[in-house]
Amino acid sequence: MMKPNFTRRHALAAMAVSTGSLITACKKPEAPATTPGKPGDAKAAAGDVIKVGEFASLTGKEATFGQSSHKGTLLAIEELNAAGGVLGRKFELITEDTQSKQGESASVVRKLVSRDKVIAILGEVASGRSLEAAPICQNAKVPMISPSSTNPKVTEVGDFVFRVCFIDPFQGRVMALFAKNTLKAKNVAVLTDAAAPYSVGLATFFKEKFVADGGKVAVEQKFSSGDKDFKAQLTAIKASNPDAIFAPCYYTEAGLITQQARQLGINLPIFGGDGWEAPELLTIGGKAMDGTFYSTHYSPEDKAEMVQTFVKKFKARWNNEVPDAMAALGYDSALVLADAIKRAGGTDGQKLRDALAATKDFVGITGKTTLDAKRNATKPAVIIEVKNGQFVYKETVNP
Amino acid sequence: MTEFAQQLINGLSLGAIYALIALGYTMVYGVLRFINFAHSDVFMVGSFAGFYIGRGMPKESFATGFLALAGAMIVCAVLGVTIERLAYRPLRNRSKLTVLITAIGVSLLLENLGQFIFGAAPKAFPTLFPVHTFKLGGLVINSSQLVVLVVALALLGALQYIVLRTKVGTAMRAVSFNPQAASLVGINNDRIISFTFALGSALAAAGGILYSLNYQAIDPLMGVLPGLKAFVAAVLGGIGNIPGAALGGLLLGVVETFVNGSRFSTFTDAIAFAILIASLLFRPAGLLGKMQVEKV
Repeated sequence: MMKPNFTRRHALAAMAVSTGSLITACKKPEAPATTPGKPGDAKAAAGDVIKVGEFASLTGKEATFGQSSHKGTLLAIEELNAAGGVLGRKFELITEDTQSKQGESASVVRKLVSRDKVIAILGEVASGRSLEAAPICQNAKVPMISPSSTNPKVTEVGDFVFRVCFIDPFQGRVMALFAKNTLKAKNVAVLTDAAAPYSVGLATFFKEKFVADGGKVAVEQKFSSGDKDFKAQLTAIKASNPDAIFAPCYYTEAGLITQQARQLGINLPIFGGDGWEAPELLTIGGKAMDGTFYSTHYSPEDKAEMVQTFVKKFKARWNNEVPDAMAALGYDSALVLADAIKRAGGTDGQKLRDALAATKDFVGITGKTTLDAKRNATKPAVIIEVKNGQFVYKETVNP
Repeated sequence: MTEFAQQLINGLSLGAIYALIALGYTMVYGVLRFINFAHSDVFMVGSFAGFYIGRGMPKESFATGFLALAGAMIVCAVLGVTIERLAYRPLRNRSKLTVLITAIGVSLLLENLGQFIFGAAPKAFPTLFPVHTFKLGGLVINSSQLVVLVVALALLGALQYIVLRTKVGTAMRAVSFNPQAASLVGINNDRIISFTFALGSALAAAGGILYSLNYQAIDPLMGVLPGLKAFVAAVLGGIGNIPGAALGGLLLGVVETFVNGSRFSTFTDAIAFAILIASLLFRPAGLLGKMQVEKV
């Protein structure tokens, strides 16, 4: 009775595969489609407290980013409330988790806007997820401030989308100059995460500047977010004989890439962008990380009084944790919002947007924030080196 | 040439892991005629078992490595038997589709339990075995790649021995060939099926540990993609056929590595699944599968 029946067998296998993907596709149910609130509703529903929405990757692959950013934002909100709030009203921060997943951001932001009727949205770190949320905020006319999404496309979505960090064209330029001047590299291999807009953008801007300055891109290799095996790409890179490797990706991949590169006997400097900034970089990459560099927004070693006070307060609030750049930017994003509410004299969407757009020389932890006509901030970048398993401040590059 | 040889080594060590996971799919298919989709999550549990055992042990040494390997294999063997007992055995006489859907359910349960218990953030896997890098001309071979190849080959050999030379292996083949007749000659089918699950899950655990040794970040969803790839490997080699699964795994690992090293690296997954579709179209029985093969 058990004679193999091939037609049935492959039908079954094919079915199994398609059911498998179907199930994954249904895993994340869309938020119920409520009618998006008109801008006026938000104020009426808010009552006495000012409801601010935040979406962050509190769990998942980029959890460190989301957690840091959230801790910074929450600290700022708590301090603002302790000082009596703004315009006599206190803040309420409503936080949603995006689980580091594409697709989840749209659902949670739609919920924040239509159900919780927040007056502004803070988030996300990853550019890909900010890009998902931006059109929703734009359509609902709720100002959105991304603390640390550096891809230029994020604020291009519309005039209600802002950010308080520098953008990738600048970061790419900084790393190109760093490769040329500090690393003295003439021939750089690039390893890009083709599935992350952040990585693709940063790689492009780096290549433009580096080639314009007379450098050469030895080879560009690609992978997809979540990959674990980079040995194939690294072997191809090794064969092209570069002086250094630029890997603009997030920290999990950065750790694995560096480790596997060292295993393959590639002892070149490897460098990346602010996506590397996380303690996990060192736990995943281990000893292999020595001799790597990345650019970021701030260093806790900065001697400025304001930075040191922030570090002290942050440590006191969060179990002696040293704030990283994401925490500093999360903190700044909330303060920039509070400042704009004060100047707007209320939380009306349009007025708040105009006040945000007019932000000029706002002094925060990550330097002076001035929002330009494209709603981007212009700020200095800091380069960090990994030395003996420690993050060490190397240099500051001004715009 | 050096690059070619290096890619071949990279590909073989990835393929050996696919082969170990593929064996679990193939063995269960052999005796029960259904695809155990929870297998890829048993692989994940194996990694986490290795992670917790390895963390509690002294510095990297061969003893630590093999103890963690054995420990994880035992944990997963128990898990595999439990899954079979609770989820699949009650459905033994239902249609195959019911069991298949249950398998997907068990898979989702394990993934979400994993996220709940271990957290979704990736963890750094400890170095269990001593690490050395060997240089042969331009070739660089890492000791963890060697460990992967050696352990995988040893386990394959052991499995082949169990299936072909031992009493329980003969019983497995009998159940696979004709369960009714097998029980008529006094074979306890349930016990043989449990044993198959234990064996397959232990191999998945070994695969999980070897995978984590090579790619040090582990998370509760780590099994999904390697699991699917191993399933492709099992079908490619001829599902139900043990040497076929091993061959399919190695082949897939090598192909993937060469694609990854080329300009088309973003198409790796697409190519793996294109291979599945092509093999179903042109050789539905797989590379080594025949119309009337011995099924284990």
